[in-house]
Amino acid sequence: MTSGSSITEGKPIKQVHLAAHFPGVNNTTVWSDPRSGSHIEFDSFRRFAQTAERAKFDFLFLAEGLRLREQNGLIYDLDVVGRPDTFTVLAALAAVTERLGLAGTINSTFNEPYEVARQFATLDHLSAGRAAWNVVTSWDAFTGENFRRAGYLPQDQRYERARSFLHAAQTLFDSWHGGEILGDKESGTFLAEPQPGTFSVHDAFFDIEGRFNVPRSPQGRPVIFQAGDSNEGREFAAAEADAIFSRYGTLEAGQAFYQDVKGRMVKYGRDGDQLKVLPAATFVLADTDEEARELAHQVRRQQVSGQTAIRMLEQVWNRELSGYDPDGPLPEIDPDPGEHTVARGRASVRMVRDPLATANEWRELAAAKGYSIRELIISVTGRQNFIGSARTIAESIDELVQADAADGFILVPYITPDGLGEFADKVVPLLQEKGVFRTEYTGVTLRDHLGLRPLPAEAVPA
Amino acid sequence: MTARSPIHLAVALDGAGWHPAAWREPDAASGVELFGARYWLDQVIRAEAGLLDFVTVEDAFPVQSEDFTGSDTRTDRVRGRLDASLIAARVAPLTRHIGLVPTITTTHTEPFHVSKTIATLDYASTGRAGWRAQVGLRGGEAPLFGRREILTPRLEELNGPEAQALIAPHFDEAADHVEVVRRLWDSWEDDAEIRDAATGRFVDREKLHYIDFEGPHFNVRGPSITPRPPQGQPPVVALAHASKPYEFAARSADVVLVTPHEAGHIAPIVGEIRAAQSNAGRADEPLLIFGELVVFLDVDPAQAFARKERLDEAAGEQYRSDASIFVGSPAELAELLELWADSGLDGFRLRPGAVPADLDAVTSHLVPELQRRGLFRQQYEADTLRGLLGFERPANRYAAVVAAA
Repeated sequence: MTSGSSITEGKPIKQVHLAAHFPGVNNTTVWSDPRSGSHIEFDSFRRFAQTAERAKFDFLFLAEGLRLREQNGLIYDLDVVGRPDTFTVLAALAAVTERLGLAGTINSTFNEPYEVARQFATLDHLSAGRAAWNVVTSWDAFTGENFRRAGYLPQDQRYERARSFLHAAQTLFDSWHGGEILGDKESGTFLAEPQPGTFSVHDAFFDIEGRFNVPRSPQGRPVIFQAGDSNEGREFAAAEADAIFSRYGTLEAGQAFYQDVKGRMVKYGRDGDQLKVLPAATFVLADTDEEARELAHQVRRQQVSGQTAIRMLEQVWNRELSGYDPDGPLPEIDPDPGEHTVARGRASVRMVRDPLATANEWRELAAAKGYSIRELIISVTGRQNFIGSARTIAESIDELVQADAADGFILVPYITPDGLGEFADKVVPLLQEKGVFRTEYTGVTLRDHLGLRPLPAEAVPA
Repeated sequence: MTARSPIHLAVALDGAGWHPAAWREPDAASGVELFGARYWLDQVIRAEAGLLDFVTVEDAFPVQSEDFTGSDTRTDRVRGRLDASLIAARVAPLTRHIGLVPTITTTHTEPFHVSKTIATLDYASTGRAGWRAQVGLRGGEAPLFGRREILTPRLEELNGPEAQALIAPHFDEAADHVEVVRRLWDSWEDDAEIRDAATGRFVDREKLHYIDFEGPHFNVRGPSITPRPPQGQPPVVALAHASKPYEFAARSADVVLVTPHEAGHIAPIVGEIRAAQSNAGRADEPLLIFGELVVFLDVDPAQAFARKERLDEAAGEQYRSDASIFVGSPAELAELLELWADSGLDGFRLRPGAVPADLDAVTSHLVPELQRRGLFRQQYEADTLRGLLGFERPANRYAAVVAAA
């Protein structure tokens, strides 16, 4: 019996949700592995999506980047660089899959509500109801250098603007209620009413009006994801989102996060089961747990080379540290407390809120364990959630879901694009055997897969 | 058989066809089908069976309207559309040879997004993407974005000095937009991704280039987030009816679509575009000039006329268009196209009056007729849109700079 059974005794058995994140930047892959394929060619996306669909996953997820990252004033070259356009790949994947949800990150800072709403409504039509939008915000002037809108947005307004952006998009999605396309050839009545799509949004951020030109899509609107972890981000998710990407994949941290965000939903009049908590998770699978641990260590060493470790250290220290030996001790010099200038275009830098405290923690850890710089970075930037045999991994996933640490996981394999195959072949059947994961798709839309109630046909009366 | 070069042939997909009553034909798709993937895929597969160079997909931000200056309240015509670039992406993996050219507006969009959209379409289609760049000046369009005020010219006076002055800055902006998109396509050299395990470097950053475009409407730093597309530079297409748009097309496009109404119009139009091309310093670069025609076809010409009449009656008025309207048999159309090609056109973009009838007539009857005359390909001779149009894969502007230095 698994240890999870005691935690979950008496509760109804939850179904696990699984999704696949196409791996790319952020040292999540081992690009030097001979099995590693293109991150750009469409065939990689096709294979990845078809594997996820074969395994009956809920959805596939694509992240977004709008500026090549730089470090010490140069384009960062030690990691995967470049990606294709999110919308375009998702629309093309709709052609080679039938049920798999198609989720993408689209930034609300460097786009306008009208065009984003029309692209998602179109994707939902072209995929027969499988679109999802991970709403992210950004304010950095660095990324803004690629756009008309530039980086004018003050940091403290970013969630406010994101919320306004989402509301504007919702207004557009709801501007057609469904049923307006009559298409009565006999009488010559194409539209049931003269001006469907009429909308107007006037708030602190947007001053837009007119008629939206995409009729209501199969899901009514895309499924809404949220990924931020701040207080504002959690509140935003509790109020607006259908799913949240979290960073808490372990039992205690996961349960705390889960309770927190679901608890916040009450005041918005929402049921907890209408927001799925889905941590991102990596996995290293082998025949035995011991082999998996050994393989996991190798993967980490490949992901974090000596020079990568120095670059990652620089991201906390906010200093150029290329003179340091990655196999030697951590720098005695303290992080530069000033404005962060070393790494640009990298969200993780902002998550280190107190660099000096982080540096001290890392020094203590390195001293206690005898870690070199590289060993330390391997240890503290560890992203491996599930390591073991198929059975071990299946049990861990089930336990975490039944214990309300998550509703499921968004898996990131370390080999592009075929690293998902072994999970599909070995772990998924075990979850199906346990009766906690679908053996066939039972619904058509992504909302169906996620167990989200359909939106009312007329979400907002005109 | 003549020794002349074959003509290029494209079709323009829009709604149920270009006639406003096309959706009422018995064989037309149902209203809701116009918003589903199947309908668009079927059309492109039909076009590909006819060995056409490319399809374009029309698009615009506002709801369709009879009134260029604003929204109308008609309920008897097709209203609503899907994003053209995503339609193209949706059909890309299920087609093999035909070029896919979505329309994207320059006036309200970010060049950075457009660049990666078309580059990605080029990857998804393995080298068959193009872009029809269009300015967005319709009434009610700018308020959808709320970022700027735009005065809408009256279509009837488009060639007058006032309207030309009004639209000129928007075409200049469009030229800047295309320039940024093109620079971003070149901002990665073809071999920038090196995956050098020995040095740990995924890319050679010397082969990634800032584009540093600065202009009145936007500054864009680059490089693109997406590597150089398979074709290097996917073809840019522009529809043009007047001097300023001709200048824009001559400066920025690879294919310009023009609207002569008789053979005698062609030489002056071609002359003006070639002069503008020369002025833009592009005399040595290929620029194909396609004629536009709305077509109503039937092997029996009387049937074509009868159908056109039926459609006009259903619409309550005679169909008018910016382009010449052809009604007749595919053989008669082939005759006309040959004549027009001899007058200086490189190819044609045909707008089917009603789908599927006129699209099928193009692929099943017009194409064989053109083939019989030695004017059209017998099979696809290239795997990329540039290849079908007879364009070389271009050198990268940034690589050339380095090599010359």
